[in-house]
Amino acid sequence: MAQAGEVMKVVSANRLDTGTVVWLAAGDVWVERLAEAAVLGGAAAGAALARTQTTDAAGVVVVEPYLVDVTVAGCGPQPLRPRERIRARGPSVRPDLGIQGAGALA
Amino acid sequence: MTHLSSAGAAGIYHYDETDRRFLADRVEQFRRQVARRLSGALTEDEFKPIRLMNGLYLQLHAYMLRIAVPYGVLSSDQMRGLAAIGRRYDRGYGHFTTRQNLQFNWIKLVDVPQILADLAAIDMHAIQTSGNCIRNVTTDQFAGAVADEIVDPRVYAEILRQWSTLHPEFSFLPRKFKIAITGSDHDRAAIAIHDIGIRARRGAGGAVGFEILVGGGLGRSPFLGRRLADWVPEPDLLAYLEAILRIYNQYGRRDNIYKARIKILVHEVGVDRLREQIAAEFERIRGPHYRLDAGIVDAIRSHFAPPPFATLPAVSTALDQARREDPAFARWARSNLTPHQQPGYAAVTLSLKPTGGIPGDATSDQMEAVAALADRYSFGEIRVSHEQNLVLAHVRQDDLPALWRDLGPHGLDTANAGLVGDIISCPGLDYCALANARSIPLAQEISRRFADLDRQHRIGELKIKMSGCINACGHHHVGHIGILGVDKHGVETYQITIGGDATETAALGQVVGPAVGYDRVTDVVESLIALYLERRTDGERFIDTVARIGVGPFKEKVYGAAA
Repeated sequence: MAQAGEVMKVVSANRLDTGTVVWLAAGDVWVERLAEAAVLGGAAAGAALARTQTTDAAGVVVVEPYLVDVTVAGCGPQPLRPRERIRARGPSVRPDLGIQGAGALA
Repeated sequence: MTHLSSAGAAGIYHYDETDRRFLADRVEQFRRQVARRLSGALTEDEFKPIRLMNGLYLQLHAYMLRIAVPYGVLSSDQMRGLAAIGRRYDRGYGHFTTRQNLQFNWIKLVDVPQILADLAAIDMHAIQTSGNCIRNVTTDQFAGAVADEIVDPRVYAEILRQWSTLHPEFSFLPRKFKIAITGSDHDRAAIAIHDIGIRARRGAGGAVGFEILVGGGLGRSPFLGRRLADWVPEPDLLAYLEAILRIYNQYGRRDNIYKARIKILVHEVGVDRLREQIAAEFERIRGPHYRLDAGIVDAIRSHFAPPPFATLPAVSTALDQARREDPAFARWARSNLTPHQQPGYAAVTLSLKPTGGIPGDATSDQMEAVAALADRYSFGEIRVSHEQNLVLAHVRQDDLPALWRDLGPHGLDTANAGLVGDIISCPGLDYCALANARSIPLAQEISRRFADLDRQHRIGELKIKMSGCINACGHHHVGHIGILGVDKHGVETYQITIGGDATETAALGQVVGPAVGYDRVTDVVESLIALYLERRTDGERFIDTVARIGVGPFKEKVYGAAA
């Protein structure tokens, strides 16, 4: 359980086969929408990261999983750092590309 | 023998059967390695160094494939092949880099074996575009064309490519290793910021020899190369470089990635002591095995024979007339043409920096258009410059008005080569996993602020170079105005330097003052230029004014008198 004032986290990675950015959701499945990611605090975040080294239930294999600091607003988790915000959406200079271009942010 | 349709192209090194067989084998090897990774037979730790050896990185959004463009030279067929790869496997565009290479940003691992096969079919690959090995040898984008050339550096760049490709001793160096070579006194290849910089010269009787610099490099510890040798005769070139690499391989640090480049070895040991060690190794290995035989040089040189130039008058009346009649053409001709060694010809820079555009990006449609224009106007040959533009090196002056009209519909006619809008920019935080701050949108904003091309021409030569992190892929240290993005407690912040120079008068820029926020950068750039315009004397470039009056007045202009 998260403690008061604790920075919340999500787990992110890239799909091995396509490189697509993915987020760990409830049930330890990888999804492409950050809004669907499981927001974790405390030991739960570390434990989730430790579980993600292999294939998920749907057979998705990921590489280079890591924790991303987020805040939780009305529209779901929002990364704290500029790097992660851009990674979650796509290039700021090409709104037609990345997950933002796929119309999956709404 | 070649399997490329040369279409009259000159100046392209064509693979022989041995090259092609090797490359085909290498593609199949990687195809099996990818299959084993996807099946789980290889772990990511096992696979990562293998994919990197084939130029495949995992970047911010997806895999990025970096394709080697040897010394920045492409045939039109190769450009068409790259366009096809961009359209079929990526998002219809690619990014030309400061290493004269091409990067695709949205590659899928499952597609890479076939992409490499497609590349092999056009005599290209992605080998040694990553890893601690000798990377793509870079050179002057006007090689073999420019009027001030003394020696054609492509010949030696190709020799170095062959020498360094899969060199068994130099596949696991302490760190990556970059070599640049110029054949002119005016250095357009930025040799002083490379691990080894080579200036080809002619000595008594026209013999070719080389001045060698060592230990240049940017990144978190920027250094300009130090002169290691004034004159290495042509037959000794490979032996001498082999000796440098051996000493570096032996003494370069492997305990700290930030201190592993040869520039640190030069800095810590001293160039004089290093010269002695290299000389000793050179004398030990010098001999028939490493001797660069004149016959080999001649064979390589034959690949770079001049194209079938027409005999033309030195002055084109068609060009002169177009200049008089069309101010927009005259403006473009003033900034984007370079004098050619062949009377009646010019080298043409095709700007990949349209107003508000992304520096270095080209769509597949643009690549195909450039290929067609190269066939029509420049013997089917294209160059990539380290300043992230393309070049048609051999265009008849009579054809320049027609070429300019043909470039327009493709957005390739921006008259800003060497001017404010011709900004070098790394991909920055929009694409790169290493970056700390965005660089592309700032380049776009500066470009838009100076959208008036006549204003750019009035300002004159001014090279803005921007990097999104301290690794300095955007060469910010040697920008007349350099911009470095840093992450300051989660906020993009920019440090600005002035007075940097990547040419034969190489210099590292000096910090103007405290870093500024994203929203202030363009205003700061405009203030620096305003001060320059106030203080310049006739014919003085921005960096000349900086050198004459120092950083102080610029700092005061930006930060106020209390600065």
